[in-house]
Amino acid sequence: MNYLKILWNGILKENPTFVLLLGMCPTLGTTSSAVNGMSMGLATMAVLIFSNLIISCIKSLIPDQVRIPSYIVVIASLVTALQMFMQAYTPEVYKTLGLFIPLIVVNCIILGRAEAFAAKNGPVESIFDGLGIGLGFTIALTLLGGIRELLGTGKLFGATLYSENYGMLLFVLAPGAFIALGYLIAIVKKTAKI
Amino acid sequence: MKKLPSTLPNMLCVLTLISVIAAGALAYVNKMTAGPIEENKARTLAEGINTVLSVSDAQVQQTTEVEDANGNPVILYATDKGMAVQAIDPNGFGGTLKVLVGFSDEGAIKGYTVLEHAETPGLGAKASFWFQKGEKGDIIGKNPGEKELTVSKDGGDVDAITASTITSRAFLRAVNVAFHAYAGASATDAQSGASAQQHAKAAPPQGEE
Repeated sequence: MNYLKILWNGILKENPTFVLLLGMCPTLGTTSSAVNGMSMGLATMAVLIFSNLIISCIKSLIPDQVRIPSYIVVIASLVTALQMFMQAYTPEVYKTLGLFIPLIVVNCIILGRAEAFAAKNGPVESIFDGLGIGLGFTIALTLLGGIRELLGTGKLFGATLYSENYGMLLFVLAPGAFIALGYLIAIVKKTAKI
Repeated sequence: MKKLPSTLPNMLCVLTLISVIAAGALAYVNKMTAGPIEENKARTLAEGINTVLSVSDAQVQQTTEVEDANGNPVILYATDKGMAVQAIDPNGFGGTLKVLVGFSDEGAIKGYTVLEHAETPGLGAKASFWFQKGEKGDIIGKNPGEKELTVSKDGGDVDAITASTITSRAFLRAVNVAFHAYAGASATDAQSGASAQQHAKAAPPQGEE
């Protein structure tokens, strides 16, 4: 399989948020602003690339019946390491994302890609798959965060575009996340013909 | 390469091996990041204390942990420039509110900062600036020892955040708790026995809507 195709597959054809509808909890929970969405996407991407790489390397050493616990241990270790790194070097981001970082462990996207892709393909392909799916997730979260931030507070990436007084608070809160996500999925399905 | 068959010894060995390697790697990362994490925490705390005391170089001399009337932890930071107190109120609109308040020697509020909250963005989240100097609910310079801080709806003289009375009440309760802890600490220092003793009693319970 050609690497570019794997990458494109993750970004659009099998976009985890718009097409596979996986990882909805962090998608709805962390996208109150574009920056938050992007940070969450990048954090997930980092875990995904490494978990795909490690799992594709050790896949033949793992007996079938214990593969899920083994994958979970690998993923959980990566997430815990990421959490410590973020606490140490990007405390501001860590403070905003907080609880959602440890929750990456149980994110279906990561276990799903480990099962569906890394367990069947070589290390290089798996890295590209992690990169593609991770980018797809990051783009989706940034887009959703951007829309919610713009409609809710009149800002985009922290830069004020119009006064906050005209913002619709609804979009910063949970219902706005569902509404914006619903419309985004509809638009993507319609335009991308997937 | 063929997969290892799922026999008991195989599964045991693989799982143990993976767990041991993972634990080793995590111990290494933990050792590497423990230093910077501690530094971050210390820096955040120092910045908070400097903000609420409106100085730039306060040195913490003594840290005391006490409990308020409801068993919530209150931390007192005695510095060379005054006292900063961290207190919480568990009954904000979205959960626990954690504030850090600086007091002058007379017990007047010098400054505050909201360390943690889960209030509604655009409404209760305004607490971080609403009660600052010059804002609508200005509490800077007020002394909770002379008059307990309450919102005007409850007969007090602090303007609550528009549409966020519950947040405002929780915030003021936390500030009052901080003051009582501060007054209690001053009393044990035997500086102003009688008056501080009087304030050291528990904050009266207030009804929620």
